[in-house]
Amino acid sequence: MAKPKVKEINTQADFDERVRRLELSDETLIGLYRTMCTVRHFEYTADRLYAAGKVHGTMHLSAGQEAVAAGTRLALQPDDYLINHHRGHGHFIAKGADVNLMMAEFLGKDTGFNHGRGGSMHIADFQSNNLGANGIVGGGIPQAVGVGLALQMQRRKEICVCIFGDGASNEGVFHEALNMASLWKLPILYICENNKYGMSMDVERVVAKLPIAQRAEAYGIPWSTVDGNAVVEVYEAIKEAADHVRAGNGPYFVEALTYRYFGHSKSDRNLYRSKEEIEDWKQNRDPIMRFTKHLLQAEVLNEEQAREVDAQAEQVILKAVEFAEASPEPDLSTLMDYIYA
Amino acid sequence: MPEMTYLEAIRQALWQEMKRDERVFLLGEDIGVYGGAFGLTHGMLDEFGPERVRETPISEATIVATAVGASLLGMRPVAEIMFMDFVLLALDQIANQAAKMRFMFGGRTSVPIVVRMPGGSGTGAASQHSQSLESILMHFPGLKVVNPSTPYDAKGLMLASIRDPNPVCFVEHKVLYKTKGEVPEDDYMIPIGVAEVKRAGRDITVVANNIMVMKTLHIAERLAQDGIEVEVIDPRTLLPLDTETIINSVTKTGRLLVVHEACQTGGWAGEVIASVVGSPAFDYLDTPVRRLGGRDIPIPYNRGLEKFAIPQDADIEAEIRMMVAGKV
Ligand SMILES: Cc1ncc(C[n+]2csc(CCOP(=O)(O)OP(=O)(O)O)c2C)c(N)n1
Ligand SMILES: [Mg+2]
Repeated sequence: MAKPKVKEINTQADFDERVRRLELSDETLIGLYRTMCTVRHFEYTADRLYAAGKVHGTMHLSAGQEAVAAGTRLALQPDDYLINHHRGHGHFIAKGADVNLMMAEFLGKDTGFNHGRGGSMHIADFQSNNLGANGIVGGGIPQAVGVGLALQMQRRKEICVCIFGDGASNEGVFHEALNMASLWKLPILYICENNKYGMSMDVERVVAKLPIAQRAEAYGIPWSTVDGNAVVEVYEAIKEAADHVRAGNGPYFVEALTYRYFGHSKSDRNLYRSKEEIEDWKQNRDPIMRFTKHLLQAEVLNEEQAREVDAQAEQVILKAVEFAEASPEPDLSTLMDYIYA
Repeated sequence: MPEMTYLEAIRQALWQEMKRDERVFLLGEDIGVYGGAFGLTHGMLDEFGPERVRETPISEATIVATAVGASLLGMRPVAEIMFMDFVLLALDQIANQAAKMRFMFGGRTSVPIVVRMPGGSGTGAASQHSQSLESILMHFPGLKVVNPSTPYDAKGLMLASIRDPNPVCFVEHKVLYKTKGEVPEDDYMIPIGVAEVKRAGRDITVVANNIMVMKTLHIAERLAQDGIEVEVIDPRTLLPLDTETIINSVTKTGRLLVVHEACQTGGWAGEVIASVVGSPAFDYLDTPVRRLGGRDIPIPYNRGLEKFAIPQDADIEAEIRMMVAGKV
C-alpha cells in the first residue's frame, strides 16, 4: 500500500520532474489552471452576491480547495460518476457542469439545474453523471456503494467518485459503507477533502487517530494522503487510485489536505481559528498562487497569458450571473411539481 | 386459483419479477441460505445466485442507501429490513434522501426502490421487534407506503411497488405471513393508492389495516347475525391515502371507526378522521367519529400483556355496537 507522507511545499524541481514523468502537456496544465480560476471566481462571486442580498439561502464555498477539484477531474474519465457533498461547487465545475445553470440554481431560478428546488446544497447534473450534492453530512457516502454495485452488476468500466469532508468521516454510514465497498470490491474512489475543520471543529479534536485515511486500512482499502493544495500532486495521487479502482481491484481512499478560506457557511464568524492561520494559508499555500508560480517558472505561461486565462474565467462567471439574474423565478403554480414520478 | 400464504405470495411476486426484469435484485441481512428471518426469500439464492440475492452486513442505513444509489443507475432494488423497528436506523436514507431526491433535483431523476419490512406484534418479540411504525413513514412526501392485508393484495401490490418509479416502503405484518388466500399464478398489479371495500355494509364504516382487516371482517360476520351491517375498508396504501373511497363510504353509512395496531397517539387514524370530518361527509355523520389504536405503550413481552396492548376482537365489537346504538 502506498502511503506517501504529505511533504513540505514542493519545489520547482519537484514540479518539473512530476510534469515530465506524468507527461502533462502545456495545454493540460493550462486547463488545470483555467478550472481552478473558474472555481475561484465562482466562489468569490457567490460570496459577493450573498453580500449584496441576492441569495436566499446558505452556501458552502470551496475557495482555497480548488486544486482538489481540478486535479481529481483530470485523473478521471468524463463518464465517471460523482457523488458530491455540500461543499461541492468546485467538483461540479471541474466535471464540466454548465456554470450558467449552477448560478441560476444558486439564485433559486427556474432555469437552474434543479428548477430552483435545491439551491447550492443539492446541485446535480444527471446528464454528466453528476449524481448530486447532499445536505446531510455523510449522506452520499453509502449511496456510492449502490452506484458502485450497479456499475459492477452492469459490468461497466466507469467508476464512482465519492467526495466528502473530514467531518463526514465520523458518521456511522462512513464505516458501514467502507466495509461494504471493500467486501464487494466495488469501483469506488473515496476522496476525503480534509480542510482541517468540520464547521468549527478542528479534526484534531474529533478524529481519534489521524490521518483520517488510515481508517480505510481497517476495511482493507488501500489509501494515501496528498497535499491537496498542489494540483499536480493531487492529479498523480488520484490517478494512481483511479487506475487501481478501474482495474477492478476494489475501492481506494485518498485524503487530500487543504483549507477553506471562507467561513463554513453564512453563519460563520470564524471564532474558532485565527486570522493569522487563514492568512498563512492564503499567503503561503494558496493552490492557485503556487501553481501559477510553477507555470511561470516552467514557462508554460507568461504573466500576461496567466492574467488572460484568469480574466476569461472571470468573464464566464460574470456571464453566468447575467444569465441567472435574467432568468425567471419558478412559477408558484409549480409548487407541487416533482414530488412523485 | 391456487391457495398460498401471504409470505408465499410476496415471495412469488419477487420471484416472478426477478425472472421478468433483470434489473431487479434483492439485498438485505441473511436473505440467502437462511432465507431471511421469516424465510420469505427461501430458495431464491439457489435460483438467482448471490449477485441478485445479495446478502449484506448488518448495516441498515447502507442497505437502503445502496438501493438508492443503484436505482439512480437504472437498477430496481428490493431491500429487506429484517424487522420494521430497524427502519429507524435507515430513516435518514429513506426520509432525507430517497423521498426527497426527485424533488430536490428538480424532477430530473427518480428513485425506484422498494424497502420491505415486517412490522407488528403477536410473536413475543417484545418492544424492539414488534412495532407498527407505518404512521411515521407517512410524513415524508415523495415516499409511498404500502400495507397489504391479504395474500392476493400482497402479490399484486408488490408487483406494482417494484414497477413504481418512486421509493416505496412495503410494510408487511408478521402475523399475516401464515394466513392463506387465493392468489393467481399470473402477473397482476393492484394499483398503489387505491383502497378496497373488503365488505359492503350500510350501518358503519370501519377503516382498518393489515391484521385489523382480518379481525374486523370476522367480527362483521358475527354482527350481521344481529342485523348490523359493517362496511370494512382496507386502505392498502397509506401514502398516498385514498380518502375518496372512505369519504364516499361514510357518506353512505354515517358512522366512522378507524382501527389500527399502531400506537393511537400520532397514528394514521387521525389522518383518516381529519380527512372525513373536513369533507362534506361531515354532514352525514350520525355519531361522533372514533378511533381504536394500539395502547400508547411499548409492546410488552408477556403473552397476555402483549395481546392487550393492541385492539382485540371484543374491543372492536364493543366499539361498533356502541356506535351503532348511538351511545357514544
Ligand atoms: C447529519 C448532519 N449533521 C450536521 C450537519 C451540519 N453541518 C453541515 S456541514 C458540517 C460540517 C461538515 O464538515 P466536513 O465534513 O469536514 O465538510 P466541510 O464543511 O469542512 O467541507 C456540519 C456540522 C449536517 N448538515 N448534517
Ligand atoms: Mg472539513
